[in-house]
Amino acid sequence: MPGISREEVAHLAKLARLELKDEELDHFAGQLDDIIGAVAAVSDVADEDVPPTSHPLPLTNVMRPDEVRPSLTPEQALSGAPAQEQQRFKVPQILGEE
Amino acid sequence: MTDLTKLTAAQTAEKIASGDVTAVEVTEAHLARIEAVDEKVHAFLHVDREGALAQARAVDAQRERGEKLGPLAGVPLALKDIFTTEGVPTTVGSKILQGWIPPYDATVTRKLKEAGVVILGKTNMDEFAMGSSTENSAFGPTGNPWDLTRIPGGSGGGSAAALAAFEAPLAIGTDTGGSIRQPAAVTGTVGVKPTYGGVSRYGMVAFSSSLDQGGPCARTVLDAALLHSVIAGHDELDSTSIAQPVPDVVAAARNGDVAGLRVGVVQEFRGEGYQDGVIQRFDESVELLRELGAEIVELSCPSFAKGLAAYYLIAPSECSSNLARFDAMRYGLRTGDDGSHSAEEVTALTREAGFGDEVKRRIMLGTYALSSGYYDAYYGSAQKVRTLITRDFEKAFEQVDVVVSPTTPTTAFPIGERVDDPMAMYLADVCTLPSNLAGNAAMSLPCGLAPEDGLPVGLQIVAPAMADDRLYRVGAAVEAAFQARWGHPLLEEAPSL
Repeated sequence: MPGISREEVAHLAKLARLELKDEELDHFAGQLDDIIGAVAAVSDVADEDVPPTSHPLPLTNVMRPDEVRPSLTPEQALSGAPAQEQQRFKVPQILGEE
Repeated sequence: MTDLTKLTAAQTAEKIASGDVTAVEVTEAHLARIEAVDEKVHAFLHVDREGALAQARAVDAQRERGEKLGPLAGVPLALKDIFTTEGVPTTVGSKILQGWIPPYDATVTRKLKEAGVVILGKTNMDEFAMGSSTENSAFGPTGNPWDLTRIPGGSGGGSAAALAAFEAPLAIGTDTGGSIRQPAAVTGTVGVKPTYGGVSRYGMVAFSSSLDQGGPCARTVLDAALLHSVIAGHDELDSTSIAQPVPDVVAAARNGDVAGLRVGVVQEFRGEGYQDGVIQRFDESVELLRELGAEIVELSCPSFAKGLAAYYLIAPSECSSNLARFDAMRYGLRTGDDGSHSAEEVTALTREAGFGDEVKRRIMLGTYALSSGYYDAYYGSAQKVRTLITRDFEKAFEQVDVVVSPTTPTTAFPIGERVDDPMAMYLADVCTLPSNLAGNAAMSLPCGLAPEDGLPVGLQIVAPAMADDRLYRVGAAVEAAFQARWGHPLLEEAPSL
């Protein structure tokens, strides 16, 4: 499989919402290339007729009655908020001016 | 006068229950020990002196009222800083959560409090539990009490070091690829990864949800069992929690016995990369098991050779998704909110400032493995390897009752040696991570010191899912036999701090 380029790392960082510095891009590109080269060994089984395992337990939905229960107060839920206003999380601008 | 910090948890609880000593005296002794040595060890990120003493006073009051105390009431414990604690900072070793005070307790925290366990504070760890040395903590490394210039393992190095430095007789860790067992191995302590789903993950900050498992850390097998039984059990707040009775691990730890037991030795867990002294102590452990009446069966688990590669695709993939919640909007760090940046830019600036290198590497690796065009080749194939590893274990457990191996290929390495060489660091987990992929139960306990460096070596015992009691039955037998041979617990050979 192909290695990973500096440009690809920059793209990944953008997807992952990481504002990496230029020197970090250089540093991580080499390391990620090494790691991806090593973990590519898994692809040997790609053609094998083996079902994938996503989880160690045979999971099914766990349901409970939909009833009102005690929970965090608004003050507790907002206690770690970087900014708040009128009992709400206050966030920076999401949409453009237009 | 007895040094209260040298007692086991079982002895401490007994002394408190009988009135020989108060929980406050025990707690004060441990707080004094932390005061005396933790500047050197740096096992703790936060010491909750007031909370610990309040809990100890409550236990003493309970006893004075004639109420029956739980089996660990009044015993101090070091809690990995990945479990939320109401009113007490929880950082996960990351700047992104520095200063965060959770408004709720994790289920493990709640169970400890209800059992009267005294939580001394929160222990250091690799950021978001990603690492094998605790060097990835944003708040500086932890020293191994056997040699402070060496790593205490990771990610739960703080918890293991607190035990080995006699700062606490009990600790809690989490194990995603070996983060309980590998620190136990390199510090000469005992650590158990319970069956996946055996201990609730509610309030345990998520790294890789299909692999993460909280569990007990202690200096003896019995103490680990007592703690295991306090924290384990079904929890409706964790939908992956197993709705079955917890195996009787305490009875197993009190009845150590391997006579007639079939013990598997996996040939893939040796060879290149394994330190001679580690293999020597492991071979002696196998010989000891034979002398104690176990039947030794040589096994091959060929898929284990691909375990490391599968793990370092699955864990980063899940982490890239789990850590998306750190978006600087609802809690934790926010950087760049000066009116000139959009919410999306603030998220990216905050994650850049708040996450360390290893976390960034894994987020990007996971993002890559899950991205279109690569998903089948990487994440999809890794999931197939996971199936093959699970099948190898199933085949092994048709022939044997438990599997044993070294816990980790080498003893504690020097701080700084592997910190910027991710692949070398990842190798520390090569023996432990197959159990996370398969979801079964595993323990590490001390099996001696490597002759070449005088540092502890861990023996790993693996049992099928929901057979956690077997770990304790075997572990207790091995521990008793080794201590009879050594004449004392291994930690007595550690240098004084």
